[in-house]
Amino acid sequence: MDGIFNKEFVQGCSALGAGIAMIAGMGPGIGQGYAAGQGAAAVGRNPGARGTVMGTMILGQAVAETTGLYSLIVAILLIFVNPWA
Amino acid sequence: MGSDILLALAAPGHGGLPEVVSRSNDEIGTKIGINGFGYFDLFGFRFWITSTHIALAVIVLAVTVLAILANRAIRKADPYGKPGIVMTIIETVVEFIDNTTYSNMGEKHGGAFRNYIGTLLLFIFFSNISGVFGLRPPTADYGVTFGLAMITFFLIHINGFKYQKMKHITGLFDPIPLTPINIIGEISTPISMSLRLFGNVLCGTVIMGLLYNLLPKFLLLFWPGAFHVYFDLFSGAIQAYVFTMLTMVFISKNFEE
Repeated sequence: MDGIFNKEFVQGCSALGAGIAMIAGMGPGIGQGYAAGQGAAAVGRNPGARGTVMGTMILGQAVAETTGLYSLIVAILLIFVNPWA
Repeated sequence: MGSDILLALAAPGHGGLPEVVSRSNDEIGTKIGINGFGYFDLFGFRFWITSTHIALAVIVLAVTVLAILANRAIRKADPYGKPGIVMTIIETVVEFIDNTTYSNMGEKHGGAFRNYIGTLLLFIFFSNISGVFGLRPPTADYGVTFGLAMITFFLIHINGFKYQKMKHITGLFDPIPLTPINIIGEISTPISMSLRLFGNVLCGTVIMGLLYNLLPKFLLLFWPGAFHVYFDLFSGAIQAYVFTMLTMVFISKNFEE
């Protein structure tokens, strides 16, 4: 079992882990799409409030994006700052 | 069988691929990571001068020079004539900052915060778009974004004590069983704000670094431009707006009775 801890194996597993971590990108995608759809519906119902709806929508989308960014940070840490590889 | 293949693949020196991959990994890492340019020793600590400090100095200088130029343009402006292009840009920026501040923090408190909000917005915006000019964006360093988020954190709680008095503390225990969740929510505010800005800018930096280092040379002439527009200009502007907007929302939560 000595050979299993060498650098290439850990690098490969880290790359796999980074890819798996980015599955979390699905959640913010669905959430942002839903927010954009609701924003489009709101603008369609009340075109005068376009600016307010846009600001609120972008703020909500940016907050919903946070979980995806956590997974991105985990993936980048695994690839570039991995202490075992 | 499968583990045999894995072990065979994991054995050192089986081919050229791992060396190539790891070497280009290191190269890319030095190009998109934070590089140190020198250090000095003070009080027993070693302080590094990194690309973040240099980019910060350049951006602060650039914003200061722009502010001085804007000030001179305002002094020379003719209040009865037609505004020039510089005056139009200045008026748009100032009006945007005033409008967002007053509409989010209220007519009563907006005036006290518009200087800080404007400074924050301009600083984060110029930091985020500095990738276009060949700098490594300082907001892709967690130290910078965490510092900005800590300023927001202290502003939230100082204003909470100022306007809510002791209700700011007792509000944490509002439903008694939810006390730990309330405390975690207060602590996680600066962490999530800083990680949001950091993650967005770092994502752009990493993708631009990969593009510049992995594409063939002839594609580099025109292809990364579209990505610069998205990752540096669009995403940078959105994130600067979001950070200042969240700062305003969190601070103005304390104003209401």
